[in-house]
Amino acid sequence: MLGKLSWDAIPLDEPIPLVASGVVVFILLAVLVYIAVKGWVPYLWREWITSVDHKRIGVMYVFLASIMLLRGFIDALMMRSQQAFAFQSQGYLPPDHYDQIFSAHGTIMIFFVAMPFVIGLMNFVMPLQLGVRDVAFPTLNSVGFWLPASGALLVNVSLLVGEFARTGWLPYPPLSELTYSPDVGVDYYLWSLEISGVGTLLTGVNLVTTVLKIRAPGMNYMRMPIFCWTTLASNLLIIAAFPILTATLAMLLLDRYLGFHFFTNEAGGNVMMFMNLIWAWGHPEVYILILPAFGIYSEVVSTFSGKPLFGYRSMVLATLAICLLSFTVWLHHFFTMGAGGDVNAIFGTASALIGIPTGVKIFNWLFTMYGGRVRFTTPMIWSLAFMITFVIGGLTGVMLAVPPIDFVLHNSLFLVAHFHNVIIGGVLFGAFAGYTYWFPKAFGFSLHEGWGRRACYFWIAGFYVTFMPLYIVGLMGMTRRMQHYDVPEWRPWILISGFGALLVLTGIICQIIQLVVSIRERESLRDLVGDPWDGRTLEWATSSPPPAYNFAVLPEVDEEETYWTVKQAAARRAALREAPEYVDIEMPRNSPTGFVVAFFATIMGFSLIWQIWWLVAVAFVGSYATFVVFAWRDHDEHTIPANEVARLDTANREARALALKSYAPR
Amino acid sequence: MSAVAHASAYGAPGMASHLGPPPKRIVTGYGFWIFLLSDFVMFSAFFAAYAVLAKATDGGPGGRELFDLRSVAAETAALLASSFTCGLGSIAASRKQAMAFYIAMLVTGALGAIFLGLEIKEFVGLVAQGAGPTRSAFLSGFFTLVGCHGLHVSLGLLWLLTMIAQVMAKGFRADILRRILCFSLFWHALDIIWVGIFTVVYLYGVYL
Repeated sequence: MLGKLSWDAIPLDEPIPLVASGVVVFILLAVLVYIAVKGWVPYLWREWITSVDHKRIGVMYVFLASIMLLRGFIDALMMRSQQAFAFQSQGYLPPDHYDQIFSAHGTIMIFFVAMPFVIGLMNFVMPLQLGVRDVAFPTLNSVGFWLPASGALLVNVSLLVGEFARTGWLPYPPLSELTYSPDVGVDYYLWSLEISGVGTLLTGVNLVTTVLKIRAPGMNYMRMPIFCWTTLASNLLIIAAFPILTATLAMLLLDRYLGFHFFTNEAGGNVMMFMNLIWAWGHPEVYILILPAFGIYSEVVSTFSGKPLFGYRSMVLATLAICLLSFTVWLHHFFTMGAGGDVNAIFGTASALIGIPTGVKIFNWLFTMYGGRVRFTTPMIWSLAFMITFVIGGLTGVMLAVPPIDFVLHNSLFLVAHFHNVIIGGVLFGAFAGYTYWFPKAFGFSLHEGWGRRACYFWIAGFYVTFMPLYIVGLMGMTRRMQHYDVPEWRPWILISGFGALLVLTGIICQIIQLVVSIRERESLRDLVGDPWDGRTLEWATSSPPPAYNFAVLPEVDEEETYWTVKQAAARRAALREAPEYVDIEMPRNSPTGFVVAFFATIMGFSLIWQIWWLVAVAFVGSYATFVVFAWRDHDEHTIPANEVARLDTANREARALALKSYAPR
Repeated sequence: MSAVAHASAYGAPGMASHLGPPPKRIVTGYGFWIFLLSDFVMFSAFFAAYAVLAKATDGGPGGRELFDLRSVAAETAALLASSFTCGLGSIAASRKQAMAFYIAMLVTGALGAIFLGLEIKEFVGLVAQGAGPTRSAFLSGFFTLVGCHGLHVSLGLLWLLTMIAQVMAKGFRADILRRILCFSLFWHALDIIWVGIFTVVYLYGVYL
């Protein structure tokens, strides 16, 4: 009846996961009860859970990423503290538990922090920058959000019911095969990622269609803000890479569930095929994450230097070059496979080549700042920290791209330091820059600057103190994923690294304080005009937060920085243009489809993990029925009347007219 | 400042070389094509796995002993014919001829069912003679690649029946016509995949 599920699945004999999950369940219940008592459920259901508005969905993505960042960071603290204690001793985490923690840390940070964070920002910003009302498929967008949320839920359920994978963030066979990992840990990993991967793919299809088809009149490709270009490139990579992940994990599932022989040691299975397939997804994946971050830095540097982006065309070319090259380097993740000198040389060269378009970008940002009036706001500090940190990470990457060096450093903490260097210093700093930069657009008030800077400085210091020592112990020969060690020379560096993690913790605490303080002082931080940073792109042409339909009338675009030009002209004239003629606007109706499908997907995933087959069938029928109900509805749009549009736009125009008086044109 | 948001007086004629969002039909078809491309990528991963494992028979039977080209030819004929009738169904839908649409779609579904029946017969026969997917890596790759296509055809049949029911209940509404467009794209795409499977797996397989 319940498949493999029984009371043994609850880790009653392991206090740490039991207490941790107890606390999580308690907090979750407390929050739910609080929401219910306050009577917020109808509001949340109507305005958020069933929303198909790209802005709301974008905010929910970032919220999901933030919560999961806390979870993933607790894992990181446990790993750093375990290694600080486990010198010539066992520390406080048994191997069985430690292995789950580093596997969960990597899985969560990539799939449920970095991915939702950048997708959320793309979702929120890109339609605004293109001057349109929503993405191509709004309801699909909601499905695309709720499926990864379902995957994230399953990963966290593994804390209490059963266990998580002990196989690293990529489950290399044969360790991940049933013979060596007979429990449900790997199954939790596989089904969570299959479910969230489908969601990500749908989002990729949606966002590519949006950029290629849904743009304001006159918005040619070469007039799109660079963030839209990087969004396009990143989502093209999603479309080309995520199906490979789906297929590869499906093969491992077939091995585990039905005794197939894709990656087994017996019957002709080929273990190295897994490494090739998974990295054919995995390498493009790092560019899926970093390209949107590059776009954020481009917007931030241009805005806060008060100049158009230097070398727009070269930036577009560099973005597309990286997009293409990212598919030609996957083998550098396993130079030690033994493919031979020629193959390794080709992939090593291709890997080093990516440094060229990336270098172009770095110089473009530097030249954008050159001669500009740079304002050192929080987003700008994140961007500057990125430029220095990322160059270091890029250079160690070029080192690792040299096969003989890689043979020595493969699987060492040097590698761990390298990819944290580029992912924290590149993706995460970019996500934080974007979060601070677009927060006023999303909520109508800015984030507190002082606490933002404190968070920056602690994060930056924390990053260097944590990971520079790991480069050194990596060079000294310390491999990754060690539950304990006996070499006294490593100890001081590991302790310094642990201290660095505490600095990062302080940075995160500053971010939480920043959010609380900003909400409390929101009246003084209010953005009444909708353009708090003196921006240059179209998202600043509408109010903060924008109305559901984004723009009262679709803007007409006739150059790269239309909004900036029009703003300058208006300032010189000391008057806005005449009000347009407002018409009724049709917007898509909200739909619970995404939430309900994800509900069934969670049940399906859970019952597949525990092999409760009847429940799998029920959940499949449930999700099919949901789609049918959705397909059967007769009204998919609602009308916002012209006078309502006029009322909202007039209010914003008044605020802008007032702000114009104190604006000095350039 | 907010002049941007109402620049209809601002744009000179001929300046807007891109005219803003196209009609929904174009967007939906375009988006669905992109989804199909991603589906092709997924199949290419299964094709690649099959190609890597094609000779890993572990001393067991290979394609030459196992494949019955006659049955596969019948499968191919059924599937290709179903694509033709699916095309007829799309024409009927665009002309809003309900009866012609039902007939064409039912024939399409029947041909798809024949294809599936032949495939299941082949699979059952293989398992019966000890050549199931657990026998060797080659057979794992074969069953997965061909079975994934078969799964797509099955889901296509479910979708087809749903579409027929929808036309019966709602008529040829604009949104339903868009879904029929997507369905026919999907069904034709399965043909393209099958041509690949027929060539790479079966025709090439019997010479291995």
